[in-house]
Amino acid sequence: MTPDADVTGGWRLEPSPVEVARRAVRERRRRQSILTAAVSTTAFVLIVGFAVSSAPGWDRVSATFFSVSVAWDVLPVVAQGLWLNIRVLALAIIFVPAIGLGVALLRTLRGPVFLPLRLFAIAYVDIFRGLPLLLMLYLIGFGVPALRLEGFTPSAFWLGTVAVTITYSSYVSEVFRAGIESIHPSQRLAARSLGLSYPATMRRVILPQAVRNVTPALLNDLVALQKDVGLISILGLYDAIRRAQIEVAASFNFTPYVVAGLLFVALSVPTGRLADAVNLRAARRQQASVA
Amino acid sequence: MSVLLEARNVVKAYGHTPVLRGIDLSIDEGQVVALVGASGSGKSTLLRCLSLLEPVSDGQVFLDGEDITDPSARTDRVRSKFGVVFQAFNLFPHLTVMQNITLAPRRVHGRSRVQAEARGRELLERIGLGGRGSDYPDRLSGGQQQRVAIVRAIAVEPRVLILDEVTSALDPTLVAGVLALVRELAGQGRTIVMATHELGFARQVADRLCVLGEGTIIEQGPPAQVLGEPRDARTRAFLGQVADSGRL
Repeated sequence: MTPDADVTGGWRLEPSPVEVARRAVRERRRRQSILTAAVSTTAFVLIVGFAVSSAPGWDRVSATFFSVSVAWDVLPVVAQGLWLNIRVLALAIIFVPAIGLGVALLRTLRGPVFLPLRLFAIAYVDIFRGLPLLLMLYLIGFGVPALRLEGFTPSAFWLGTVAVTITYSSYVSEVFRAGIESIHPSQRLAARSLGLSYPATMRRVILPQAVRNVTPALLNDLVALQKDVGLISILGLYDAIRRAQIEVAASFNFTPYVVAGLLFVALSVPTGRLADAVNLRAARRQQASVA
Repeated sequence: MSVLLEARNVVKAYGHTPVLRGIDLSIDEGQVVALVGASGSGKSTLLRCLSLLEPVSDGQVFLDGEDITDPSARTDRVRSKFGVVFQAFNLFPHLTVMQNITLAPRRVHGRSRVQAEARGRELLERIGLGGRGSDYPDRLSGGQQQRVAIVRAIAVEPRVLILDEVTSALDPTLVAGVLALVRELAGQGRTIVMATHELGFARQVADRLCVLGEGTIIEQGPPAQVLGEPRDARTRAFLGQVADSGRL
């Protein structure tokens, strides 16, 4: 059973007995490890489940935190609140990368002329990365309206969005900067040697590689952003958390919080999977081009 | 002399693209075997299959009579018996020269730091880089880096030394130093399998020359015979191309 090419020039391979036996061993091992995983997972779930449910206060907890009927009742209300979080999130997803990238680029500018811009970028990151988001929301959400500016009365929705965007832009700009600096200087040299201008070098050569290098970190920030948009509830907006809070206050049952939490988790899981898929595809493409 | 490394019908395919179409190769202890052939003929792939850096798609590889492609073979332990030197050096940039050399002796073979570094200094001395142990690889020239990479590979006294086009990424002026080191190692009775484009060097150092083409060994024998009176038309074509490039 020797391998040979068929008439079309394609490749046909009859595995030899040795290879067949090897594959059988691998398949057997694969099944064994799946079985082991299933057994250990079941055991783990049973043990933890028993430990929790046999705790003295379990009946109380299950009724106040995990009441299915309450969850079902409040789901529409909380989900409606989540729609507000999603709108803030959508706006932040548009503006955060743009501002973050802008600040990062300002910081990479060389030459004395650009010193003020560079200082601005450094100060921006230092201040807004250090300020707790909660404080930012208070300062902008309550401070800006207190100025009583004529003809400028943004809603709490916009103020909250701005606060979240400013803070997250500072995180993201540092991620972008790390990405830009991760590209070997030889790439810049090669681009400049072809006569590409600084902006063209950035746009066509450095940034595409830089962004790919930091995609995992960017998507991680995106997940963090997804849940931090819940903080805008402190501005009195009827978002998912605020609505859950109201329901809790009315019934003294904490299940609405659990519902809101699950909705936020449900929102973030696809992002995490997307991140994995994007990274995998990029890695495959690069390897394919090498081979 | 006994057979140390043997490939039996080794096949390697990536998806539906065959790279090796059934390689049989037997290498005795202390033998120096050179693999030559055009780019894409499968030299590097064969070396990686032999040293278990790539799983074979079919066929077997034996080291000391043991089937190392058997699923029960402990691949990490088997790999530690090979010393592999890559075309692009592959030194660890975050470690100093000495740390590069002593990593495997200390972490895999359980030598003490003192022991490993003593041996490392001795080896560095021999390649004329005695004082450079605390430098990082980036500070060395390509030729120096490749010599460090070779020393890293032999620091664990491997059963087989695998050299994958170790001079292809080097400046012509740096090639000689690396080849001199390889020649010295060959003279010490080490078992070496190397892929190379340096036919003149292969003729001097190798006991046997294998010409690869289209994923098979199209001709093998003593270098003088293969280079002097090639029997296969494809070998003649290949040698003609090399002669045109002035490497013979």
